[in-house]
Amino acid sequence: MTHFSKFLAAAIVTGALGLTSVPVQAETPPDTLIQAWQLDDIISLDPAEVFEFTASEILGNSYQPLVGYDVNDVSDIFGVIAEKWEVSEDGKTFTFTIKPDLQFASGNPITAADPVYSIQRAVKLDKSPAFILTQFGLTADNVDQMVRQTGDMTFELEMDKAYAPTLLLYCLTATVGFVVDKELVVSHEVDGDFGYEWLKTNYAGSGPFTIREWRANDVVVMERNDNFSGDAPAMARAIYRHIPEGSTQRLLLEQGDIDIARNLGAEEIVALADNPDLKIEDGIKGSIYYMGLNQKSEFLSNPLVAEAMKYLVDYQTIADTIMNGKVKVHQAFLPEGFLGALDDNPYSLDVEKAKALLAEAGYPDGFTVTMDTRNTPEITAIAEAIQQTMAQAGIMLELIPGDGQQTLTKYRARSHDIYIGRWGPDYQDPHTNADTFARNPDNSDDAASKPLAWRNAWDIPEMTAAADAAVLEKDAGTRAEMYLALQREHQQVSPFVIMFQEIEVLGIRNNVNGFIIGPSFNDNSFRNVTKTE
Amino acid sequence: MSDVSTRDWLLSDRPASRRQARLGQAYRTWSQLRRNKLAMVGLGIVVVLIVMAIFANVIAPDDPIRGGDLRTMRLLPPSWSHLMGTDDQARDIFSRIVHGSRLTLMVVAMVAVIATPIGLAVGTTAGYFGGWVDVVLMRTTDIFLAFPRLILALAFVAALGPGIENAIIAIAITSWPPYARLARAETLQIRDADYIAAIRLQGAGRARIIWGHIVPLCLSSVIVRVTLDMAGIILTAAGLGFLGLGAQPPQPEWGAMIAAGRRFMIDFWWVATMPGIAIFVVSLGFNLLGDGLRDVLDPKGET
Amino acid sequence: MSVSPANEGGRWRALPILGLKAGKLIATVAVTFLGLLVVTFLIGRVVPVDPVLAVVGDRASKSTYDAAYIALGLDKPLYQQFFIYLKQALSGDLGVSVLTKKPIIEDIARVFPATLELATAGIILGTLFGVPLGVWGAVRQGRLPDQVIRVVGLVGYSAPIFWLGLLGLLVFYAKLQWVAGPGRIDIAYEYTVTQTTGLLLIDTAMQGEWGAFRNVLAHLALPATLLGYFSMAYISRMTRSFMLAELGQEYIITARVKGVAEWRIIWVHALRNAAVPLVTVIALSYAGLLEGSVLTETVFAWPGLGQYLTNSLQNADMNAVLGGTLVIGIIFVGLNLLSDLLYTVLDPRVRRRS
Repeated sequence: MTHFSKFLAAAIVTGALGLTSVPVQAETPPDTLIQAWQLDDIISLDPAEVFEFTASEILGNSYQPLVGYDVNDVSDIFGVIAEKWEVSEDGKTFTFTIKPDLQFASGNPITAADPVYSIQRAVKLDKSPAFILTQFGLTADNVDQMVRQTGDMTFELEMDKAYAPTLLLYCLTATVGFVVDKELVVSHEVDGDFGYEWLKTNYAGSGPFTIREWRANDVVVMERNDNFSGDAPAMARAIYRHIPEGSTQRLLLEQGDIDIARNLGAEEIVALADNPDLKIEDGIKGSIYYMGLNQKSEFLSNPLVAEAMKYLVDYQTIADTIMNGKVKVHQAFLPEGFLGALDDNPYSLDVEKAKALLAEAGYPDGFTVTMDTRNTPEITAIAEAIQQTMAQAGIMLELIPGDGQQTLTKYRARSHDIYIGRWGPDYQDPHTNADTFARNPDNSDDAASKPLAWRNAWDIPEMTAAADAAVLEKDAGTRAEMYLALQREHQQVSPFVIMFQEIEVLGIRNNVNGFIIGPSFNDNSFRNVTKTE
Repeated sequence: MSDVSTRDWLLSDRPASRRQARLGQAYRTWSQLRRNKLAMVGLGIVVVLIVMAIFANVIAPDDPIRGGDLRTMRLLPPSWSHLMGTDDQARDIFSRIVHGSRLTLMVVAMVAVIATPIGLAVGTTAGYFGGWVDVVLMRTTDIFLAFPRLILALAFVAALGPGIENAIIAIAITSWPPYARLARAETLQIRDADYIAAIRLQGAGRARIIWGHIVPLCLSSVIVRVTLDMAGIILTAAGLGFLGLGAQPPQPEWGAMIAAGRRFMIDFWWVATMPGIAIFVVSLGFNLLGDGLRDVLDPKGET
Repeated sequence: MSVSPANEGGRWRALPILGLKAGKLIATVAVTFLGLLVVTFLIGRVVPVDPVLAVVGDRASKSTYDAAYIALGLDKPLYQQFFIYLKQALSGDLGVSVLTKKPIIEDIARVFPATLELATAGIILGTLFGVPLGVWGAVRQGRLPDQVIRVVGLVGYSAPIFWLGLLGLLVFYAKLQWVAGPGRIDIAYEYTVTQTTGLLLIDTAMQGEWGAFRNVLAHLALPATLLGYFSMAYISRMTRSFMLAELGQEYIITARVKGVAEWRIIWVHALRNAAVPLVTVIALSYAGLLEGSVLTETVFAWPGLGQYLTNSLQNADMNAVLGGTLVIGIIFVGLNLLSDLLYTVLDPRVRRRS
């Protein structure tokens, strides 16, 4: 039997050597940008359908909108595919002129026919983001008349009301307003589907990069667009790799297997800060963390209870510890950077005050409510911290974890007590958040639209009217005042405990420069990224 | 009788009563088991787990749910004041693990109580009746076996709603098929035995034969199998907790603690490592005990 | 052949029964799959997730939502929905994934090789180490090697696999840099390799891309070792007990009396007879690795079936869950039937009754 044990020992040693002798590559190619990101929310690459953070960023780097804005000052709006635009006297019609000599990655020239087709297509397909365009009164039936080509390089867009002009322009900067290559898409039409089946997984744009391949939950490969009208990007290739775990991304980044890690947690950021090979860059994003208190609940519909709860969150401590670097305290529904955003943060943890309010409300000993909590590590950690401070005033918070779809299903059915979640704006105009936090045109159970105010059964006819008035105001200064007033009232009386605004944090290898972090994900840009040796 | 020692009475080869025979059998099993050191280690671990669960309030120095100051007491390394360190909510990990033993024990006990009778009933009935009864029951069993177990449990929890009770039900639903197969195989081997035939000739009904004679004979191997599976049950529960579908936060369930701690794995190794060690030690304990029990009760070998 | 096992002739007599069994097999498989379909379908309907949400997201207007609702056939009664499901499944159409927008069959064909490669590497390692260790344990029954092997096996049974995976990555990748990180291949190599079989080791070897081959190996090493360890625990334990049973047989004693060399008795006579049930054990363990990949694939960011399934389930993509479960179900039921067949051939007591 001794030769058997020798054989075994030899086998183990060989196995171990086999592992150790494998060289570990630890550098990415110099002309390729490799990012690790949680990519599992991508469902489509079609601008008419894309609505997810990841896919919007990918489209932001591969398509072009009619108009864009300065990421450092969003009030500075300029043309991208459009050279100029004019608004009619009655404020209802925009006339756009297209820049000459632009072309798509396919080599097709860009004419007015392309944006017209893109808008008509998005309205007719009526996918998730279509409401951004249909809110201007466009429907599948009338869009051919409302959006019309008037020359080779000009077209008109007519709206049902005279909305604030910036509203339309900001909406056109969203991914749903991106311009697709009409000729190419039409050539892939099947049974009048506007090339929908094809474009879900293919590319027809004019941005700095083209999308070569998307493998769901695995990888997105982009390549330099040689027909791009601007300066050619330094990177020949940009690859997104689906890595769901922040800790895994950190390992890959430290090893040099990737250039940028996109989902780092608070502790990872702290740990990486000391690494001389890496740098941390961040930018404020529009997403807001909040709790929604369902007004169908006996306890939560009491305004004193809602107010007490606003004093039972230890905002600053959470922002400094478990969410360190990833959020800042923010308590109004418009995120910083938006027109008319309110900067006041009047609430902080005050257990005594909350207890007094609860006693006044008739619940001196507190009560028990549930909170539907998405089972991501961060939302769960925030929820647990809130659970502890609420308990100090006698409010027993039972957490009900669930995945995103589950908690959302319940939220949209209004069968929650409290929902803790994150809301990201759809475009850069303040109406996007006012529309959901401060408008509830129909509070009945079978209402057609389900804004956040509706989901929490908060019936607010006056506030809805005020929000409707603000969206029609043409003067930017007056409009900002209207939103400030709206937010101040909302902050006091609403059943929303608005807590934080998101900060996006990237861990980047030191030799990678030029990644631009914008206020929304389709503003994140790597077209200027360079690598030094 | 009084001058005969208890040991002799237990080991008598001519037991005067059924009770004496059974107790004698149990005693023989025990003394064989006692000679197996590893099994004794396993038993020790399980006993410690039970003691820990009963006296959790006395043993744990801190509240398992309410944490300390987030600014000063988060993610502290193990020290004398916090034997296993603190987690990201500034809670004492040792106290959480001690209290978590209650959840672990509850999961194991409840799953065994629910799954064993189902498996026994299905398996013995299928084996004894044969024919289409066998086909229908065993195909049903196969359908359940054909699912990835964790995925099936996951789907059930998703359907029932997350929570420790539903995790228990889900694990039980996915645990019984192997017991049914085992019980069927055992039944096939003994149903044609002479003494079963003799009982049948005496006019005993089918139900009585199954429950009175076949089930008891299958019981020992099924119990061994259940004991062996307890480690698996703990691991499945931990897996569900890891995926966020088991116990709800802030309950100190070990799998959920690993899930919460894995974000801090690299810099604060203790947060995920401590509950991992707890799961490992306890499931090792059950495995060692089950292994020893099998050697004693089922000398024929593996099933 | 001086020594012949007691049931050598039995295997040949079992052939007609084997034919009969094969006939029943198709019916059995059909019934099992019908059951699989019913169970997955029902779970999909009971899950408290709105399937339309997964398609159109949270912000869609009512008209968008309603169109998707009808497109998914959710306006039809439940039994009709099931029959539509059934009809499509029977014609090989498992539907289109809500998440990836591709036919399920295509998705599974794409992710399955990753799981297959990992599980195969795992089972090979598990068998290579498990069988000799089991034999060794049986030969040295009750002595130190046996105890050590037993404890090593029990450790494998007892550790949470996701936890070991995390520790392994921390130690062998982050600290020691012995192995490559998560994923199947470095991104740098990914586009030099054309995937023909989907099994990257084979693809890279066929194309002569030896740098990429070594890289794939470096990625495979840790998760495969981990899975190999878990299956080794099971295989060595079973080998040990089969060998113990064989070594107690009369023909072994006869052989010893006849003076056959001890190594020959163990490795040729006893192991050959233990081999047939062992094949069943390995087959089942293989299926176990295929299905048990869910947590491993999560930890190692392995783009395989396990990750596909968990992800689909979490997004209420029931078509994908059904498809993935069916594939694993097919493998599992197939291997179970195989084990049944083998036992019929082997164990005369059971065969007599059928």
